[in-house]
Amino acid sequence: MVPLWMYLAVAAALFCLGTYTVLSRKNAVAVLMGVELMLNAVNLNLVAFWRFQDPLNMAGQAFTAFVLVVAAAEAAVGLAIIIAMYRSRRSVAVDDVDMLRW
Amino acid sequence: MVIGGLTPEAIAFGFFTILTLGGALGVVLNKNLVRGSVWLIVSLFGVAGLFVLLSAPFLAAVQVLVYIGAIGILFTFAVMLTRSMTNLRQRFTSQWWSSLIVVVLLFVVLMAGVVVPVWGNARPEDASTVVATTVDLGVALVDGNQFVLPFEVASLLLTAAMIGAIVIARQHEEE
Repeated sequence: MVPLWMYLAVAAALFCLGTYTVLSRKNAVAVLMGVELMLNAVNLNLVAFWRFQDPLNMAGQAFTAFVLVVAAAEAAVGLAIIIAMYRSRRSVAVDDVDMLRW
Repeated sequence: MVIGGLTPEAIAFGFFTILTLGGALGVVLNKNLVRGSVWLIVSLFGVAGLFVLLSAPFLAAVQVLVYIGAIGILFTFAVMLTRSMTNLRQRFTSQWWSSLIVVVLLFVVLMAGVVVPVWGNARPEDASTVVATTVDLGVALVDGNQFVLPFEVASLLLTAAMIGAIVIARQHEEE
């Protein structure tokens, strides 16, 4: 069987790619895609630890299911906010939405 | 059965890893976000494959249904409804190089934590062959001693988020 650290390494790389997308992309939709990648890396970690540490305790899979639910809610609300933002500002660049900056 | 020194499982793991990380790279680097959302779907499919290898077939099916079927389509719609994205002049913000440094540092720390056993042993002996099934997951989600409260809270959260998304994205024509 493929060892645990390989799954963790894949999840770490996926998380870092998602983080870079969130930090560096200009487009708000791309930022949300980065958040999805990060949540997927977390899910992969949860399932890998569940499989290798305690495969009879359902906590790992149950938490993964909840992360999925939260990700779906986050995507729906986030994209609705982006569409509302596009209506009022005619832009989806994160730099253009700085009305709350002090 | 061994092909070229690799078991079929290792080959499948490599294939899904390439799908996952290649798709993520496509999301990071692609200029056209319609293509970016397709790369996102490729990456999520790779994660679903890794779930199958980790003997969690139910989560893999949910991943395909919810992520690829719902969230991927939602992203495609959002990209098409906000039309300026394909001709956004720059892909990256001005601090792209400093975030690159931060992310590379983060990756080094994470890999050190994974490969070197700093925070506990990340290389347990081979995983046990006894694995809980989808039936166990279903029972755990509705069992009063396990996850029935988080399960209900999650359904409430999902309902609230859907209503909130409709309210936020609705046109306010009365104003």
